[in-house]
Amino acid sequence: MIPLIEARGLDVAYGHAPPVLHHVDFTLRAGEIVTIVGPNGSGKSTLLRALLGMVPLSGGTVRRAPGLRVGYVPQTLHLDANLPLPVSRFLRLNRRLRADEVAALLARVGAPGLETREMATLSGGQFQRVLLARALAGDPQLLVLDEPTQGLDQPGTAAFYRLIEEVRRAIGCAVLSVSHDLHVVMSASDRVVCLNGHVCCEGTPSVVSNAPEYRALFGLGSQGALALYQHHHDHGADHPDHPHDHEVCDHDH
Amino acid sequence: MIIDAFVLRALAAGLLLALAAGPLGCFVVWRRMAYFGDATAHGAILGVALALAFGISVTLGTLVTALVMALVIAALQGRGWAVDTLLGVLAHSALALGLVAVSFLPGVRVDLSAWLFGDILTVGAADLWSAAAGVGLVLALLAWRWEALLSATISEDLARSLGLDPRREHLVLVLALAIVVAVALKVVGALLIGAMLLIPPATARVYARSPEGMAMAAVALAALAVLAGLAASLVLDTPAGPSIVTASAAFFAGTLGGAALRRAILSRVRA
Repeated sequence: MIPLIEARGLDVAYGHAPPVLHHVDFTLRAGEIVTIVGPNGSGKSTLLRALLGMVPLSGGTVRRAPGLRVGYVPQTLHLDANLPLPVSRFLRLNRRLRADEVAALLARVGAPGLETREMATLSGGQFQRVLLARALAGDPQLLVLDEPTQGLDQPGTAAFYRLIEEVRRAIGCAVLSVSHDLHVVMSASDRVVCLNGHVCCEGTPSVVSNAPEYRALFGLGSQGALALYQHHHDHGADHPDHPHDHEVCDHDH
Repeated sequence: MIIDAFVLRALAAGLLLALAAGPLGCFVVWRRMAYFGDATAHGAILGVALALAFGISVTLGTLVTALVMALVIAALQGRGWAVDTLLGVLAHSALALGLVAVSFLPGVRVDLSAWLFGDILTVGAADLWSAAAGVGLVLALLAWRWEALLSATISEDLARSLGLDPRREHLVLVLALAIVVAVALKVVGALLIGAMLLIPPATARVYARSPEGMAMAAVALAALAVLAGLAASLVLDTPAGPSIVTASAAFFAGTLGGAALRRAILSRVRA
């Protein structure tokens, strides 16, 4: 069976800056749930965009299955307050949907009856659900989420990821997401790719969380990394956004 | 009552401008391109000078300089300068350069205030035809790219994920803006074009419930401002362009005041 997306030797650079991504190999098969984790500036979002053809490559190849239907959930949007945009109009951007289809989409993401509300007046959780509803409108084979829970609190984040798992079970799509709050996503993932400009390590959640490369990058024990929906107030010096040592990550390349 | 032909032509030119400025002005508001519009409009004065110097049509001259101006801005954006600084530098430079260039023109004395503040009552039949062509082109462009423009305005990432190129959509707006500037120069003048692009959409926003509703309301408000401004200018013998903008500003103040009053009454009723 052909993979949905296959990338070989991917390089991406912006201008004359050092490359954001260097020689990344990546494969995504139908129905797979893959999470890309990495510290800030590790090229997670760039990898997502490169895989979807949203940024030009400076090297390597990306092959997407012919006719691949992708539902994309962007990082949270900043809407101008001067743009009056009801939820139903937002869902209909570049797409023809009947009123009952709009209602069904909103019901599926647990946000029924929001059709006439203006996007700018929605709460953070409602807003992300509407973004998800939009991504589901084209009956996607692949759902792509770029840090979709930014700005949500922990219960909100947990509820959103539970919703994605439900949706995924219902329609059977592959899910490719990017996260830095990995302790919430990981247990649902078939595979985790740990990224820091290149692929540091990859595998099932438990393999990755025990890998020395991953621990070097995040400084979190496996217990913290795998505990789903659990609160973490004890990061202390081990804040995941600040890797202690990038060099450890390179030893197997 | 006999209405002179020049009044009818003025009315037609103003209404044509309202048709294009309404929807385009909405994008200027949504994308925070207000300074961009001003800079393009100020550059048009340079276009007038060049057109008169080389003996080409003023509409063509302003169209070309407005387009060049807009493209220079688009090219310079994202190179480390704050956008408002960059636009301020370019807008004032282009205006000053245009005024200096006009002073070099031999022979005919140029009526500067006509270009700065508009001279709608001297619109000729040929002006009207070129205005109609320009407005038709802008409306066709906006209608063709409407969904794409809206997507790119809401989120560039979302647009890219739909296979759209946000830079191309930006260029569509730049082109439309250059055309509207060329059309509006005769009607309200270089200094007041920004007002025609901003005030009607800002007024329409108060009660608009959808992007399309806001665009249509902006057209209606701009058309009303043209009617009221022209009538006032004829009755009171005031300059037409500034009268149109004054009428537009009055609608804005009235709408905001009305909305505030309505809120106050509603909260009083509930209390």
